[in-house]
Amino acid sequence: MAKLILSLEGSMIREVALDKERIMIGRKPSNEIQIENLAVSGEHACIVTILNDSFLEDMGSTNGTLVNGNPIKKHILQNNDVIEIGKYKLKYVAEAPAAGHGNEDFEKTMILRAPSKAAAAAPKPANEPAPPPKPSTPPPTPRSVPPPAKPAEPAPASASASVPAPAPAAVAPAKPADAQPLAAVQILSGPSAGKELDLVKNLTTLGKPGLQVAVITRRPQGYFITHVEGAKFPIINGKMIDAQAQPLQDHDVIELAGVKMEFFVKQ
Amino acid sequence: MNDLSNVIEITTATHPGMVRSHNEDSISADAATGLAVLADGMGGYNAGEVASGIAVAMISAELKKALAAANGELDAAAVERLVGEHAVRANNAIFQAAQNQAQYAGMGTTLVVALWHDNSLVVGHIGDSRLYRFRDNKLEQVTRDHSLLQEQIDSGLITKAQARHSQNKNLVTRAVGIDPEVETEVHSYPVQAGDIYLLCSDGLNDMVTDEDMELTLASLQANLPLAAAQLVQQANDNGGRDNVSVILARVLKSFPARSGLVDRLKSWFR
Repeated sequence: MAKLILSLEGSMIREVALDKERIMIGRKPSNEIQIENLAVSGEHACIVTILNDSFLEDMGSTNGTLVNGNPIKKHILQNNDVIEIGKYKLKYVAEAPAAGHGNEDFEKTMILRAPSKAAAAAPKPANEPAPPPKPSTPPPTPRSVPPPAKPAEPAPASASASVPAPAPAAVAPAKPADAQPLAAVQILSGPSAGKELDLVKNLTTLGKPGLQVAVITRRPQGYFITHVEGAKFPIINGKMIDAQAQPLQDHDVIELAGVKMEFFVKQ
Repeated sequence: MNDLSNVIEITTATHPGMVRSHNEDSISADAATGLAVLADGMGGYNAGEVASGIAVAMISAELKKALAAANGELDAAAVERLVGEHAVRANNAIFQAAQNQAQYAGMGTTLVVALWHDNSLVVGHIGDSRLYRFRDNKLEQVTRDHSLLQEQIDSGLITKAQARHSQNKNLVTRAVGIDPEVETEVHSYPVQAGDIYLLCSDGLNDMVTDEDMELTLASLQANLPLAAAQLVQQANDNGGRDNVSVILARVLKSFPARSGLVDRLKSWFR
């Protein structure tokens, strides 16, 4: 269960579990999280929680809602996000990953099915937990339905595929390649001699389409050159490469479609 | 039946990824038939592989037979029906296997089927495996996932940009073999020579942005096998949290269905 830690000027006031689909934050007593301060609007913001995701929405407050210092209207909360409402801070702490049980099943594709349909289908296998719908997570839209409730104990491996494993953090596609130092290619011969081409993309193609093309890929391990098309393969430091990707070292000389160029790392 | 092996160039790549010990994806591609099938299985132990394997093997073999039996005399609606019917058959087979064998209980699979016929592409899908079209250097997603996330996007709850950070990426609302009945979403699209079609499991599109997929196809379209390998490599370089499978198919020229006997006679005298 994700929670919010409410604090004022560094001292913690209380913890609030996000155990309801909708939790209102505001000055009025009707809010689940009431903050009695004039800088806070009557109904200031709300948090909607669906399965493992919590969405923060500003309810058109007078003084606005910040997340990690930036004003937001709508925001999907990430672990350790800090929400600021007036002088108050609410830290969002996502559900802790299941202890011991490996993350092997984390992110496995799972089917989300209607409980009525499940009942109409065959009897449940003995090794799966019974799927009573979780009352605390009502459907976000009429068509979608809550998944089977989690068992109280960590699921045995055999049943775990049917249970949404708690994810430690959202995994947006990482960009490890960006960690690579910038490299460039400088043309050494031909009419464009002297021209420099920064390798700013993950893929940069070189050569003449239809004649000879190679691609330089930027990967976490470094830069690589691979033959793409044409009867001739690129020549690196005087040696022709094969169809395999070839790692590039600083100051390697590439010969491609009759043009010489030098690969070098920029700092 | 038309032999499309000179019309469609198909290449495939599949990899267990960097985290999982085995590959639950199954793929099959047959340029002569103009058929590509990709499935991403789910279920405990090796049941996921079994489910995706049944779906791909059944659909590719039986659709091929059905098309051969029809001898090219099928209109678009008939082909769409055929794709839907065979998805239902695979659903029944997987559901029955899951009922009869305890170790397969609860197994299921996503499915995406692409069938090129008479200058059009018939696409059937269930779940979150996708088909994209690359045309005029632009990549466009053709299928819409049957997933909780897609429903949240549709209902305006979150934007596509926010969806990249969602924790609910892995919840599909439809799958093959889970229930006694399943509805296949089937559509036809006109095809142009030069189009490249990409079928993939979520192990690709969860790890690699659409922009990076587009850049890869734009840069490497001259070498389809390299493009497929590069897409898989990018998914793995970005973490490879799931099995990743890719089918790339390029349409080299137009492929009208073989005309009937009368038309052929006429064309001789033209």
